[in-house]
Amino acid sequence: MNIILVSVGSMGVLGALFAVGLAYASKKYAVEEDVRVTLVSDVLPGANCGACGYPGCSAFAAAVVDGSAPVNGCPVGGSETAARIAEVMGVEVQADQEVKAARVICQGTSCNARNKFEYIGIPDCRAANKLKGGGKECSFGCLGLGTCVNICPFDAIKIEDGIAKIDPEKCTSCGKCISACPKSVIQLVPYSQRIVVDCNSTEFGKEVKNKCTVGCIGCKICVKACPFGSIEFENNLARINYEKCTNCMLCAEKCPTKSIQAQFEKRKKAVIIDEKCIGCTICAKNCPAAAIEGNLKEVHKVLEDKCIGCGVCVKKCPKQAITIK
Amino acid sequence: MIELFLLFIGTALVNNFVLVRFLGICPFLGVSKKVEVAVGMGGATTFVMTLSAIAAWFIQNFILEPFGVSRFLQYVAFILVIASLVQLVEIILKKVSPSLYQALGIFLPLITTNCAILGLALYIPIKNYSLIESTIFGIGAGVGFTMALVIMAGIREEIEFSDVPTAFQGAGITLLIAGILSMVFLGFSGLIAI
Repeated sequence: MNIILVSVGSMGVLGALFAVGLAYASKKYAVEEDVRVTLVSDVLPGANCGACGYPGCSAFAAAVVDGSAPVNGCPVGGSETAARIAEVMGVEVQADQEVKAARVICQGTSCNARNKFEYIGIPDCRAANKLKGGGKECSFGCLGLGTCVNICPFDAIKIEDGIAKIDPEKCTSCGKCISACPKSVIQLVPYSQRIVVDCNSTEFGKEVKNKCTVGCIGCKICVKACPFGSIEFENNLARINYEKCTNCMLCAEKCPTKSIQAQFEKRKKAVIIDEKCIGCTICAKNCPAAAIEGNLKEVHKVLEDKCIGCGVCVKKCPKQAITIK
Repeated sequence: MIELFLLFIGTALVNNFVLVRFLGICPFLGVSKKVEVAVGMGGATTFVMTLSAIAAWFIQNFILEPFGVSRFLQYVAFILVIASLVQLVEIILKKVSPSLYQALGIFLPLITTNCAILGLALYIPIKNYSLIESTIFGIGAGVGFTMALVIMAGIREEIEFSDVPTAFQGAGITLLIAGILSMVFLGFSGLIAI
């Protein structure tokens, strides 16, 4: 009997002691947790991709409740998630940011680009890059061994013809591939952009031509051809300013190496609404492609084959009689 | 003084808890993927080990033995102490380093079930250590445990890009490495006669 009393007593006292100590510690070291953090966390997609710039969804949720992260800061969740977070936080959603998708700025496929040597080793671009910059002659091009493919949490990248190709529909611009690529050949391009300079090489002329048939040789023909001055040129490489670009695709037509990729089939055309046109010829005067014809005071017409779909006429027309399709 | 130093070396290297005594294999395999996390885990375990060693000594010498209840209450009392200490570590870690708290995840409360700590507590009455010796024993055990974890984490980080045959990937290659490490640590035997 004594033994039982002693055992129960001593263990009971010990347990009570520890319980009091732990209760005190939990009060003293209590971590303030806002209920909203859990609510916001639940609304997020939960991919923990880091596109928001925070290490994981819970960190982003904490930052939103803190006030340091914007409500629409999750590019993967998009506007739907932003709206739901705004609901939790009790605020208004700001205007949608421009949707962007990642793109591999290289066309150096197995047909286009030459190889320095045949690479036999770990099938990873980072490893290949350590070996004299990889097997491609052009040291700026995509190596096509699939580091980005493996790291993409949304399965948006595939290897085609020796280079990586990103599906803009699946891409959520989380940015993982961009940081993983050892050649830094992946960039974020606005989703609505129809024309991109697909080359990353800062070399000039003949050197580029010898290494890859579709590289940018730095001839600047595109810069001169652009009627809107939206092509910047640095280090022998042309780069389109996506904010200024009107998707007219004139640069792609003029590019001698076809380094600029354009979706010509998606080229827009201007259409004049006959009933609204007053024949003031402002559009014809402003058209950079001379694609509008018509006499003064008569209904004007857009010449479809010349029209480059740049949209200048739409902006200039005082009667808003032109639409872009 | 010199015996305490030898005890420390003996516990950390010669009779390393993980690689020679084969205790605490669960966190050894589970938390050894990244060196930083391994260091964090090792630190938390060392803290728990040291305090449990001290607490175990007090309980053994002031409660269990005087009342003669040692043979059946030892396990209960030691687990009680260890569980409370781990809970304390959790509370403090959550406040002090939330990132480490997240990184350790489920393995933090699993320190309670780490047989190395219970083994440590049980060794003390067996070897009849004094209070100072128990403390050094606890610290040495923690340091040895941390060493084993960090070495394993370093190796696993190195082989991450290696071409491991499919059959060995994951647990297989890790256990092979653990075996080789254990053989390496056997080389310490005879270093000190403890």
